Amino acid sequence: MTVTDSILQGNRLSLSRLLTQVENNSPEGRAALAELFPHTGKAHLIGVTGAPGTGKSSLVNQLTLYYRKEHASRKRVAIIAVDPSSPFTGGAVLGDRVRMRDLSGDDGVFIRSMATRGSVGGLAQTTAALVQVFDAAGYEIIIIETVGAGQSEVDIARLAHTTIVVEAPGLGDEIQAIKAGILEIADVLVVNKADRPGVENTERALRSTLELAHPTKRIFRHHGQAMTIESPETDATLWIPPIIKTISTDGTGIPELAHSIAKHKAHLHQSGDWAARDRARLRSEMEALLQNQLMDRFLDEVQKKIYDETIEKVYNRGLSPYEAVKYLLNGK
Amino acid sequence: MTEKKIRVLVAKPGLDGHDRGAKVVARALRDAGMEVIYTGLRQTPEMIAEAALQEDVDVVGLSILSGAHMALAPRILELLKANGQEGVCVFIGGIIPDEDMPRLREMGITGIYGPGASTEDIIKDFREAVK
Repeated sequence: MTVTDSILQGNRLSLSRLLTQVENNSPEGRAALAELFPHTGKAHLIGVTGAPGTGKSSLVNQLTLYYRKEHASRKRVAIIAVDPSSPFTGGAVLGDRVRMRDLSGDDGVFIRSMATRGSVGGLAQTTAALVQVFDAAGYEIIIIETVGAGQSEVDIARLAHTTIVVEAPGLGDEIQAIKAGILEIADVLVVNKADRPGVENTERALRSTLELAHPTKRIFRHHGQAMTIESPETDATLWIPPIIKTISTDGTGIPELAHSIAKHKAHLHQSGDWAARDRARLRSEMEALLQNQLMDRFLDEVQKKIYDETIEKVYNRGLSPYEAVKYLLNGK
Repeated sequence: MTEKKIRVLVAKPGLDGHDRGAKVVARALRDAGMEVIYTGLRQTPEMIAEAALQEDVDVVGLSILSGAHMALAPRILELLKANGQEGVCVFIGGIIPDEDMPRLREMGITGIYGPGASTEDIIKDFREAVK
């Protein structure tokens, strides 16, 4: 039996080993990925991002518990938890499993920890490929937890269908500026640790930022009464991220979160965004690979001596990086 | 393209709640360039075997200070084998009486470290074991 067959039949050891090969970008991994690719495209990809310490892992734990226990369909859930690699040694301590111990013993859940291995943007270079393996293996929900993200770790929005941005009270005031960046990618906003003081302030700050970000939804005050005016044409394409308050240590707010995720999925299908996001994701994935391969091919072809001389000129401020690239590509 | 990373599961089976040693070792392995999956306290053998399977690790490092090693170690080895992971090297750190060491090695434990073991030795042995 081939690796592909045994994965399609649900063999967890084969799955796990293939994940390693894909992560290491081995030829075997790439070959299996090619065979599995026609089986992908069915899973709902949910991204979970937010600053360190907002409770992403605990939230993923509770959400998965909910999908497995409360939800009638008992969907199979794969979790990819990304943590940073050390920029100096390349090593990593991957600790997200510590918060996910409630999920052990359930063979409808598969948790895989992943180190970024030098990649920036909140994900590892091969995270998208790992998602494809889980998708082909029949996991209906794939949750991708990014590294503790700040301003620019927005790669997740390109990968996931539904992006959840997790905030917590007490972080809000100092990170207002950051929020504007990361808020843009949120499909669902979560204020976790809602039992902590200051939760109303965080919620209010988020709501006002959201209103600025989505001026298409106009709220008027008319004789003291709030009237929302929505034009029917834009209704189907407009999604206002809901704000959900949760306490991920005891599961408060999790059913509401799951409900919002389901609503967002329905919205994506209805508006045609599901297919659009799928296409955008595959395109950016292909282009990233193309970029790497072009770089490899270029380095193969260019004479090392010329390359080294050119970069030396850049070091000495004799040539700008821009001119250097032009020279290397055109020979002048 | 990328070199093969050594993936290690650091786990604390049983009921003792002292994980300082496990954390020191996890940190040292990280600094040696390995990817360490840390699972936290009070893991059952079943949880450890499951994590080892999902993470496709090369090495499992167990920290046991409770004295229950003669019960926990064989159970974990058995579960790893049942999952088809007999190739995974299992190490133990903690308080292990001298007379238990030969029996643990016979069972299939690759290495045993007591208090005062140097992290350099541990790193060297892990690298050697996965070659």
